[in-house]
Amino acid sequence: MNFNRRLFLGTGVAAATTLAAPNVFAAGHGKPRVVVVGGGAGGATAARYIAKDSKGAIDVTLIEPSRMYYTCFFSNLYLGGIKTIDDLGHSYGTMAAGGVNVVHDWAVDVDRDAKTVSLAGGGSVPYDKLILSPGIDFVDGAVEGWDLSSQNAMPHAYKGGSQTELLKSQIAAMPQGGTFAMVAPPNPYRCPPGPYERVSMVAHYLKANNPTAKIIVADPKPKFSKQGLFQEGWANHYDGMIDWIGDDFGGGNVSVDPDAMTVTIDGEVTKVDVCNVIPAMKAGRIAELAGVTDGNWAPVNAADMSTKADADVYVLGDASQQGDMPKSGFSANSQAKVCANAVRGALTGSKVFPAKFSNTCWSLIDTNDGVKVGATYEATDEKISKVDGFISQTGETAEMRKATYEESEGWYAGITADMFG
Amino acid sequence: MRSHFQLVLTLVASLAASAGWSETLGDPVKGAKVFKKCQSCHQVGEGAKNRVGPHLNGIFGSKAGSDPTAKYSKGLIRAGDDGLVWTHETLDAFIENPKALVSKTRMSFRGIKGADDRLDLLAYLRGFSDEPSNIPEAEPTAQGNYHNLDPAILAIVGDSEYGEYLASECMTCHQTSGANDGIPGINGWPTEDFVVAMHAYKQKLRPHPVMQMMAGRLSDEEIAALAAYFKDLE
Repeated sequence: MNFNRRLFLGTGVAAATTLAAPNVFAAGHGKPRVVVVGGGAGGATAARYIAKDSKGAIDVTLIEPSRMYYTCFFSNLYLGGIKTIDDLGHSYGTMAAGGVNVVHDWAVDVDRDAKTVSLAGGGSVPYDKLILSPGIDFVDGAVEGWDLSSQNAMPHAYKGGSQTELLKSQIAAMPQGGTFAMVAPPNPYRCPPGPYERVSMVAHYLKANNPTAKIIVADPKPKFSKQGLFQEGWANHYDGMIDWIGDDFGGGNVSVDPDAMTVTIDGEVTKVDVCNVIPAMKAGRIAELAGVTDGNWAPVNAADMSTKADADVYVLGDASQQGDMPKSGFSANSQAKVCANAVRGALTGSKVFPAKFSNTCWSLIDTNDGVKVGATYEATDEKISKVDGFISQTGETAEMRKATYEESEGWYAGITADMFG
Repeated sequence: MRSHFQLVLTLVASLAASAGWSETLGDPVKGAKVFKKCQSCHQVGEGAKNRVGPHLNGIFGSKAGSDPTAKYSKGLIRAGDDGLVWTHETLDAFIENPKALVSKTRMSFRGIKGADDRLDLLAYLRGFSDEPSNIPEAEPTAQGNYHNLDPAILAIVGDSEYGEYLASECMTCHQTSGANDGIPGINGWPTEDFVVAMHAYKQKLRPHPVMQMMAGRLSDEEIAALAAYFKDLE
């Protein structure tokens, strides 16, 4: 039965949920149970590492509605025409071979007293330790004129998959000499260099296909990640195409009208052809439903990523409020390994090693013009605290930038193999 | 060729007088004899050409793997793109154990273990790098000594269980399968080479910023633990 079920899930046939849910109950056998909600860089990694390292001593269930995961990281390279959508897609079919029960359903609530997660498809899954890695949702009313019902007219494209494809098709349909607008998010948000890599990649596409087009960025921040590197690259590759309006020039005073396709920046109304609205962010909703958030995010203990609210509930990645690490796929993957080690230790008595975290964010400015920023971190009593870091320099040689880009491709292959096995 | 020697000797004399480095600088005449070990692959001096390995005129201060007419391994070109520049310090490390500084270099030479022989050889080679712009100001006083790793550090027996945990951080980029899609696989690396290479990053002799950062916060025991784990990983 188990073999068949794995095969079944691996092939992605619809309605697996109804068969999978009862099996989850049967799988207990007195073994400790870990439930992971969200199969991204944090959740997939945590589930896989706990299953792999516990060698069957822990029952690991991953709850994730999608059958294919489309990475948000590298999605800008798809917008730029450098990667295809298929390059970004990864199946959960390999997770079962790694000993993880994958349940394709939405987790709709958490009962922390009963220690169960309820599913949209009915039924609930019991846990001893619960790991939430739900990524981000958007703060209601963050951008005047925009709400989730506007996401077809003005996509956020800040979760991988259909939104990314929608934005790409809208950019391709822009009239010659048209205008692409971006409303950039306030801190803190997923992938700090992401909006600016996106601007670079949209410019890369437009330069080849629509060279008289313009890009306007309305930004509520006075400065942004890798700003010197991006602005140097924009001047080198896309001179005159990109108009970045920071907070000093009213970039934070913005509203949109999805019906009229206009953007109003500091009182000035502009008709645009594509508008990419990236609103302020908060933890994915299940963290809030579980009652482990405080404000927009879930505060966690740095040593093991357990929440301040509940020692048996852990939050990884973007949704967590942990201290100095940026919200990134690399960070989530790094936190997942620390968490997996701690959870396994708590449930089986295996050795728990000190927390070490790291992050590197690569960004592509133009073909073979890659830059990076990174840091290492440690756990203190208060937070995850930065130890050391580096950033690419302006004026680097073309060879070094190409090597940096090739390294980012190596990282992509590495982290996706690390997540999915 | 005599003038090259004179330049070196003059430099040696002046630096020795000003900074008291006479004891640590090599003897280029002795170095010419040491160079016989290199001659089957490398030429140096007037009319030197690239053979199995590149000619070594002007090597000091040049970027690793940067002569377009020479044949290099991918590893060496990559190290150059990452910022490896040939200085007294980096050449010393490379000659001591080529594979510790540049994994998979084509230079299948086991290295020169004697520190004095290396000093002499480098003193000789410096005679053929006589463009002042090729000789950074700190040369030749900068003395690398990371490779004189305390034998006690090399002798540490790593805890491979701890290594497995620490290695999870490596696996974000270096694939467990050993595949190289832009970042090399590191499985099955001999323990001593691994330890020496990681200390070379830690000492910022190897150029890569991510690896310098990652190695920079690892203790001697942690490096040994990682080496113990990766040694047996297939």
